[in-house]
Amino acid sequence: MTTPGPEDGTARTDTGAPPTHTGPPHEVVERRLHPVTPLRRAWAPVAVLVGWAVHDPDQAQRQLTRLTTTHLLIGLAVLIPAAALYGFLTWWFTHYAVTGTELRIRTGLLFRRTAHIRLERIQAIDVTQPLLARVVGVAKLKLDVIGTGKKDELAFLDADGARALRAELLARAAGFAPETAHEVGEAPARQLLRVPPRVLAVSLLLTGATWGTLLAALVVPTLLWLATHNLWTVLATALPLLGAAGANSAGRFVGEYDWTVAESPDGLRLDHGLLDRAHETVPPGRVQTVRIVEPLLWRRRRWVRVELDVAGSSNSVLLPVAPREVAESVVARVLPGVSVPAGPALSRPPRRAGRCRPLWWRGYGLAVTDTVFAARWGLLRRRLALVPHAKVQSVRLAQGPWQRALRLADVHVDTGANKSVTARLRDAGEAASLLRAQAERSRTGRRDAPPDRWMA
Amino acid sequence: METGSPDDTGTAGTPNAADPARNERSRTEPPHGKPARDEPTPGEPAPGEPKQTEPVAQTEPAENEWARNERARNEPVWTGLPPGLLHMRRLLLVVWLGLLTVAAGLLPGLFLGAPWAALALPPLALLVWGWVMLERNWRSWRYTERADDLLISRGVLWREETVVPYGRMQLVEVTSGPVERHFGLASVQLHTAAAATDATIPGLDPAEAERLRDRLTELGEARSAGL
Repeated sequence: MTTPGPEDGTARTDTGAPPTHTGPPHEVVERRLHPVTPLRRAWAPVAVLVGWAVHDPDQAQRQLTRLTTTHLLIGLAVLIPAAALYGFLTWWFTHYAVTGTELRIRTGLLFRRTAHIRLERIQAIDVTQPLLARVVGVAKLKLDVIGTGKKDELAFLDADGARALRAELLARAAGFAPETAHEVGEAPARQLLRVPPRVLAVSLLLTGATWGTLLAALVVPTLLWLATHNLWTVLATALPLLGAAGANSAGRFVGEYDWTVAESPDGLRLDHGLLDRAHETVPPGRVQTVRIVEPLLWRRRRWVRVELDVAGSSNSVLLPVAPREVAESVVARVLPGVSVPAGPALSRPPRRAGRCRPLWWRGYGLAVTDTVFAARWGLLRRRLALVPHAKVQSVRLAQGPWQRALRLADVHVDTGANKSVTARLRDAGEAASLLRAQAERSRTGRRDAPPDRWMA
Repeated sequence: METGSPDDTGTAGTPNAADPARNERSRTEPPHGKPARDEPTPGEPAPGEPKQTEPVAQTEPAENEWARNERARNEPVWTGLPPGLLHMRRLLLVVWLGLLTVAAGLLPGLFLGAPWAALALPPLALLVWGWVMLERNWRSWRYTERADDLLISRGVLWREETVVPYGRMQLVEVTSGPVERHFGLASVQLHTAAAATDATIPGLDPAEAERLRDRLTELGEARSAGL
């Protein structure tokens, strides 16, 4: 089957560039998702029933006692084929195709929708396997492109197929010839780092947020019980709090278990997860910001957490925990030619900044090297954000009345991942020259940046 | 530094000491009734609106490109906003606060007694204060097209200066609401890949807004550089 082109869809998403350029005129093979996909929505009617029961427990109980076996059977006989038909039809009408320049997803039963995703604009590709999908042997493939929504993921493909498709997409995005792209195969990866489970567990135990939520989950319900003696109030507050505590400790442990960072010609590979496995690939030159976070209790062990921002991507962790030296070497891999400025290299705001923001001003720092704009903030939880000059979209200087009286100003640097990095409370003259110089650096910094098609 | 206090440097009428000759040719008409130094362009939209002259590039074709770029990079020539925006904002202020003043004065004055008419004073004071503040704010808005980036400076108490390199522009938008249209005004908004980029120039003459849009789009294409 051939694709009739973009005009067959009633709606479509634009992905950064105007999709005027369609692929080469050769035949485009449309493919369907894995046949297990319809089952993915099988739980929906059950969820509706459970939601109704929770919402109105008394009514649900009364209805349940009135329910006879015949009613139950009739209900199931209607519900299951309807759900199956819906699942089947959505699966039947969802196609995807890889052309020379795009990934096309055509979906929708009543409202047709065609998404053409430009491959050279790919910011990251994730292959994720939720627990059940792992049992069945299927995987979800998600492309991070600016402006794409959740609908633009391919769920589900069989696990090997997802990996092959990822390799093919990356090869095409990298600029290999279309004829050879599907034979290039997976690029070889070299493991840089693996976080041992013990270190991860200790690091989570040393995080204030873990203990804070746990303490809140224990103290608040106890106080409420003493005050009201109402079981429902206590349960209604205790359950969300316990959930938050669990997500903050056990949830993070499960999600960040066996964190592996590997390097390949196609970019950085991050594999992690105990139950749900996720395999992410960030092609070269896609990282907009890197943040090195140093919580108070980790400082004695010289551990840091490294976060990164990629435009259009939801994931933000590069390393859940690692010794500082190792983390810096990984950062140097992610942002080639960048060395993390050491503490003393960061210049503090002038002393009078203390009158603008007492105490906190001591945490602020700024360093501008040939390659990055680095700003530090935070007193207990120290954070250092690095922005390569080539990734700066715009520079802003902001000055409030109190700052003006003290001859201070903030300089904001905006990046494509919708994050701004701010050098706070700089001397006004320094800030003004920084604004000009940074605009100049961000303009010229692009010249020696790698091309979008990194293998071309 | 060429940015002084925004109170005194905000308008188009600020002389640029370094190069008065070029300054005269590339500057908009001063908003406060000083005689225009340029011949009016034929397609001028409305009487009373200041006209924007063509950029230097077109009036001085003989000038060496490199020298021009160098100069543009070193000495920004600021352009202020035409007075239309100030007129519009002041009119809106007078209409709304005037109504409020009358309502606050008349209703309590009639129903509760004459001294209550003093309630009209706070809105009146607000009106007078707003009248002055609007002008200061309007004066503080200015922009300049440099060789490689656009500079926008604004704000009196909360000052903000934005630099957007032309290569980073994703989209240039010209918008004009019904009230703005009535006053013959249009806004130019620049979008980059960063949503935090807040680069809007309000209250431009539509012809200037379109010229700016076309010029920025052209420059953006020439220097385009993705994410």
